[in-house]
This record gives sequence, C-alpha cells and structure tokens, in this order.
Amino acid sequence: MTILRTVNLVKIYSGGAVPVPAVRGVDLTVEEGEFVVIMGPSGSGKSTLVHMLGGLDNRTSGEIWLGGKRVDTLSESAWAVLRRKHVGFVFQFFNLVANMTVADNVELPALLAGVAPKDAKARREHLLGALNLTERADAAPAQLSGGEQQRVALARALANQPTLLLADEPTGNLDSRNTRDVLRLLSEVHKDGQTIVMVTHDARVASLADRCVSLLDGEIVDDGRISRRRSGGGSGAGEVIELR
Amino acid sequence: MRLHLLALLAKEPAHGYELKQALEQTFGTAYPSPNIGQIYVTLGRLEKDGLVRAVDVEQSNRPNKKVYYLTAKGRDVLELWVDEPTEGPRVRDEFFMKLVLAPMTGIADRMSLISRQRRHYLALMRELNDLLNDTDPANRVAALLIEGAMLHLQADLDWLQRCQEDLI
Repeated sequence: MTILRTVNLVKIYSGGAVPVPAVRGVDLTVEEGEFVVIMGPSGSGKSTLVHMLGGLDNRTSGEIWLGGKRVDTLSESAWAVLRRKHVGFVFQFFNLVANMTVADNVELPALLAGVAPKDAKARREHLLGALNLTERADAAPAQLSGGEQQRVALARALANQPTLLLADEPTGNLDSRNTRDVLRLLSEVHKDGQTIVMVTHDARVASLADRCVSLLDGEIVDDGRISRRRSGGGSGAGEVIELR
Repeated sequence: MRLHLLALLAKEPAHGYELKQALEQTFGTAYPSPNIGQIYVTLGRLEKDGLVRAVDVEQSNRPNKKVYYLTAKGRDVLELWVDEPTEGPRVRDEFFMKLVLAPMTGIADRMSLISRQRRHYLALMRELNDLLNDTDPANRVAALLIEGAMLHLQADLDWLQRCQEDLI
C-alpha cells in the first residue's frame, strides 16, 4: 500500500526581494514499511520537503497524499488532528514541553490520540529503555543534554506507532554510543513495519534505509535502492583493513 | 604483514599457527583472516633477512615445529617502525579519476556516476554496521577498527557531495 505520494510538489519562498524556489517539482512515492533516506547538499530543499510532508510548511503548488487522502489542502487544525494519529516527527530542534517530565513528554502523543494510559506507559518504558534513558524518565527537559533531548524527541515521535515517521537529522547531536542506540531502535521499528522518511547526512543512519533519494537544487536527481550485498556474517567480513 | 609479525614475536617467540591466532584474536572479524601459507612465506623472508631466527622444537609423536624468535636486528627494524610517524591515508582517487575523465569520453555523465557511487558507499556502510553488530563489544580493538572505517567512509560521502556541488 502507498503511504505517501507527492505530485509535482513545489515550494517557492517569496518573502524576499526575489522569489527563491526551494523544492521544484518533486514526485515521490513511499510504500508501507519502506525506509527512505533523503540526502543532498545544504540548500537542496531536503528540510523544506519533509516539513511540507508533515504539514509544517505550506506547499506553493502540487499535491501531497497521505494514506490515500489528499492532505495539502487541509486547514491547520485538520493537519493537527491528522498528525496526532498518523505522523511522528523528529527534528533538529526537539520542541519538548518544558514543564513536563521526560516520561510525560513521551506519553503525551499517545494519550492525545486516545491510547489507554496503561498501554501508553508500557510503550514509553520500552522506548526509553531502548534509548538508554530509563533513569531520566522523571527529569525535566532542561536538565538533559542535547543528545538526551534528541533521543527523547525520537521516543516521543515513535510513541504512537505513527503511520509515517518523519525525521530531519535525528542524530545531529549524538555521540557514537548514543547513535548506536538510535540505530538499533530505528532498525527494530523498521523491521516491525514502521514507514520512515528521513533527512540525514549521517551515513551510518542512512545505510539502514531501503532507498536513497538524492536532492539537488530542489529536484530529485537520484532515487534507488541501497543494495544488500551479503546476508550478514560468513566469509567476507575481513575487508575493513587492507594487508600489504 | 612483516612488521605485524615482528611485533607479535617481540612479545614472545611463537610458531606460525600461534601468530595467526594472535592476529585473529586481537583484531577480530575486521581483520582479513590471515592465510597460514602467507604467514609462513613472510616468516621465511624475515628469516632470510636476519630479522627472525627459527629453532626446531621436537614434539612427541608429531613432526618438529619451528618456533620463531626476534633477532636484535629484527628488534631494531621494529623500533624504527614504531618510532616513525605513520603515513596518513591517501585519497582513494580511483573514483575521482573516473569522475573527472569519464565524461570527456562520453561514456558516462557525472550525475549518474556520483549517484551510483553514493549508493555503493551506503551499501558498504551497511556492511560495516552489520559487522559492528556482530563484533563482541568487549573487543575494543576490533570495534575501533570498524569505527575508523566508518569515519573514512563518511568522509568519502561528504567529499562526493562536494564533487556534486562543484562539478555539476
């Protein structure tokens, strides 16, 4: 089933002296369970694209379809309702609710969407555990490091098991150990069927994806699968270093 | 591999198979499993150059085995290796040469070369991820080796992006 489809999607910023085209006619289709990574230089339109996909930025022209429903024409409040149930976000800025604990921040989206408190709590405990944050559950966001806040934002985005997870540089503030936890969790939810569209320049995260879409100057210049060359283990592992 | 073997022999005398095991245990799956024949050939050359000396050790009901010792000359060569700064990694420029030269021939365009190479790097990164997951976390040497390979690959990808920005 197709989860996401855009048709000739265009975004032109017209606030300044000259209109700036950021996204120039993107046709993108994402199937259920697919993990798509979007790469490209800064200024290529990646962030603008995912913001439009999540209804955080208006499109100039074109169409966005989410789960068979056209959404680019929705009002802001209708978008908010749709997001609550169907879209999880992780962005460069974490936007955690400052006067709520980490645990409440993560449970909130599920509770808003009408999930039973018991289930919301179980899901929250699982996610915080997977991201090595169990001990931070009662802390306030301001007490956390940047990397911790980013992981809380990821847990929150996944709390609801959204139809679509959108992420924009979700590992930007993480050291290599925390990145490892995030990678593991992303692999796990992807294996369980989570559909993911992610902007990243971090090759470790990108390599988990099924498909890589490259943007340049607001247009898709490449869209193809990342091959799985071997089915893990076996003989060929010893190629990391080269003997002379 | 010459100097790696000298370093292991500086720790203690050993026969060829023990050296193979020591390499495997230290570097884990990230190290190309050394061929035992290659180890004996290398030991033979080191012996010819006077860097190691072999002594036959008798074994009950098995053929004699050769145990190798580091010589004083071997230790000098090893110390020189350790003391010298190590050459930095060179840019792996095979792809870059392709990128610059191939479009002139009309065989390929740069955009598709870069796109294909990017996906190839991501597939390599996935293998490194799998390899890291299969590596015993307690083996820090092996984990660091893989992490180093990942950082190099990330740099290759960043460079690819720069090529895309400037050449296209």
